[in-house]
Amino acid sequence: MNGAWAYVNLALYVLSFICYARYLYGTNEWIGRLATLLLAAGVLAHYAALLARSRWTHTVPYDDLYGSMSLFAWLLGVTYLGLEVFHGQRSVGAFVTLLLIVWTGMVMAFAPDAAPATPPARGPLFALHVTLNTLAYAAFGLSFVLSLIYLIQNRVLKARRPGLTFWRFPALDVLEKMSRSSVIVGLIALAVGMSFGFVWQHRLSGQFSAADPKIIVTLVIFALYLAYSWLAGKSGWRGARAARICALNFILVLFSYTIVNLYLTSFHRYL
Amino acid sequence: MPTLTNSGKPHASRVQIALIGCSHRTAPVELRERIAFTPDQALRAADELRLSGTLEEAVVLSTCNRSELYGVPPETGSDAQGALESFITNFHGIPASELSGRIYHQQNSEAVRHLFRVSAGLDSMLLGESEILGQLREAYGRALDHGSTGPVLNRLFQSALEVGKRVRSETEVGTRPMSVAWAGVKLAERVFGELKGHEALVLGAGAVAEQVVENLRNRGIGRLRVVNRSRDRAEDLAQRMGGESLDWNALDRALESPDIIVTSVSGTEPVLSRNLLEKVHQARGGRAMFVVDLGVPRNVEPEAATLYNLYLYNIDDLGEIVEQNRKAREAEIPHAEALITEHIGKFESWCTSVEAISLTQRLRERLLKERGKLLEERSAEMASLTAEERERIVRLTDELIERVVQTPNDKLRRTRELRRRLAGIEALRDLFGLDGEDS
Repeated sequence: MNGAWAYVNLALYVLSFICYARYLYGTNEWIGRLATLLLAAGVLAHYAALLARSRWTHTVPYDDLYGSMSLFAWLLGVTYLGLEVFHGQRSVGAFVTLLLIVWTGMVMAFAPDAAPATPPARGPLFALHVTLNTLAYAAFGLSFVLSLIYLIQNRVLKARRPGLTFWRFPALDVLEKMSRSSVIVGLIALAVGMSFGFVWQHRLSGQFSAADPKIIVTLVIFALYLAYSWLAGKSGWRGARAARICALNFILVLFSYTIVNLYLTSFHRYL
Repeated sequence: MPTLTNSGKPHASRVQIALIGCSHRTAPVELRERIAFTPDQALRAADELRLSGTLEEAVVLSTCNRSELYGVPPETGSDAQGALESFITNFHGIPASELSGRIYHQQNSEAVRHLFRVSAGLDSMLLGESEILGQLREAYGRALDHGSTGPVLNRLFQSALEVGKRVRSETEVGTRPMSVAWAGVKLAERVFGELKGHEALVLGAGAVAEQVVENLRNRGIGRLRVVNRSRDRAEDLAQRMGGESLDWNALDRALESPDIIVTSVSGTEPVLSRNLLEKVHQARGGRAMFVVDLGVPRNVEPEAATLYNLYLYNIDDLGEIVEQNRKAREAEIPHAEALITEHIGKFESWCTSVEAISLTQRLRERLLKERGKLLEERSAEMASLTAEERERIVRLTDELIERVVQTPNDKLRRTRELRRRLAGIEALRDLFGLDGEDS
């Protein structure tokens, strides 16, 4: 069931996308600022939607696939806003908000009508573990978008046929820096989030174990993004090759997020 | 920015604007340079025109492509156009016959449209260029500080500056490079972002290379080095552009550090082979490299374009981009014109408001004058009245006049549609004969 805040948040994302797209096409700084403000308002409304749903289901927003995906979108918006401010670059806003709209719309379309069963309280350590891991996935999602834009821009530059909106896109250098920043955020969040997870597991069972498909896949994801971060600065890999790796890595993130959680793990399964 | 008149005349019964000028569209450079005004001459011309009563407000806009004189003629209906033309011939000492067909005159909404198109860059030699907006701001700023503008030109030029900004921010008229040199530099920015902190190497010291160097310098390139077969020419260009020159023999070594290479040397064989660039690229750790080949025949082997992280553009590639950009800019003209029309509407609406206020003031003055005449004519009949009673009659008739004036005043203010408001003003003018000398 979608609350009123969910619709408000989706509407604000749509409005923000319109402004970002207009900004990409024109040069009006005020339109760009308005797009950022609308996105910030959308993120706030999204938070209100997550809060409202948590109160309704009497549980945290990540206990079912719906809540988890919604949290992912919210963290994607938050991470993007942070990067936009840090790099002073809002030309990719249209692509990120488009992803947010599609993702949020999909989440809303498949929202379950019944509240999931209330799980037992699992404490703040578990909450931090899940939230940080979702933040890591959101940051990887953002680097995926940035890498795709990089590859398109690179292709256009190599083909020597710049199109209409080409001149508004951020420079390759900027895209690469933003993507690497995003991956660094993701790696740190994933490292800390996984550590919390292991500590929580130890408290629960008295042992550390990686014998769960979700943990194995997450460790592989961590290793792949770490490899990307290292290769992105290396001769012969920096540029389009590194961007391709980054974009491909995200396929595994999606696999971990959906197939693994839904079918391959019992320990990390949604309610 | 102040918007009040410097001439102390806040409202005109009819707002009029006159324009006289010549531009690259009407006059060759030989004539344009003779009609051009220096900043001091522009202010002196404005003073002379105002002192002679030809104009009440004046602003002179003079650039390398145009000299234009904008003014507000007095309401007396004298021939402002003829007077302005005579002024220009006298001021610059140019015979009237030489100006025939080279000078354009425009009035009111046409003059407004012309100024707005100029500020939007639609009348520029290079469509959509932004330099004109700065020149317009400077010309207006000087006139404003000097006191030669008034409410009409203040409003007009502030609107023009707003139009110029809007056209550049809301349309694509002013974006995308329009010269080969600029396109090369803008493309480099698509790879590196800001050029600050990056290094460029220029091979050759020809005219196009010089344009690229100038654009690179304007965009804040970190380090600039010039290599040429003739060391003297390289040194000359490097000195002028704030870079350093290198000996041609040091070329191989010099190729390793720059992020941007611009080549424009003459020769039948390519100067930079694919193998050489590959080696250079490896030595740089595979960092991106942007190469602009302006040479004909080409200075860089075309196969070099296949190297990873190397972006190669030759003069034809850049020419095509410029052509594509020109078409894209032209396609934006209707959007820019729509914005201009919107602002003309706003300006005309403001003019009509000014005229409406002036009209009701005149109507009030006319009625007060008639009341004075009537009281004087009937003074014999009112001889028996006391001073208090006379005072009361004056107060009552004052009130009556205010009531009579209030209705048209309110109606004109409330009417949103410009055409209806104009018709109302004209009707009142005719009805009460408010244009005549006796008003």
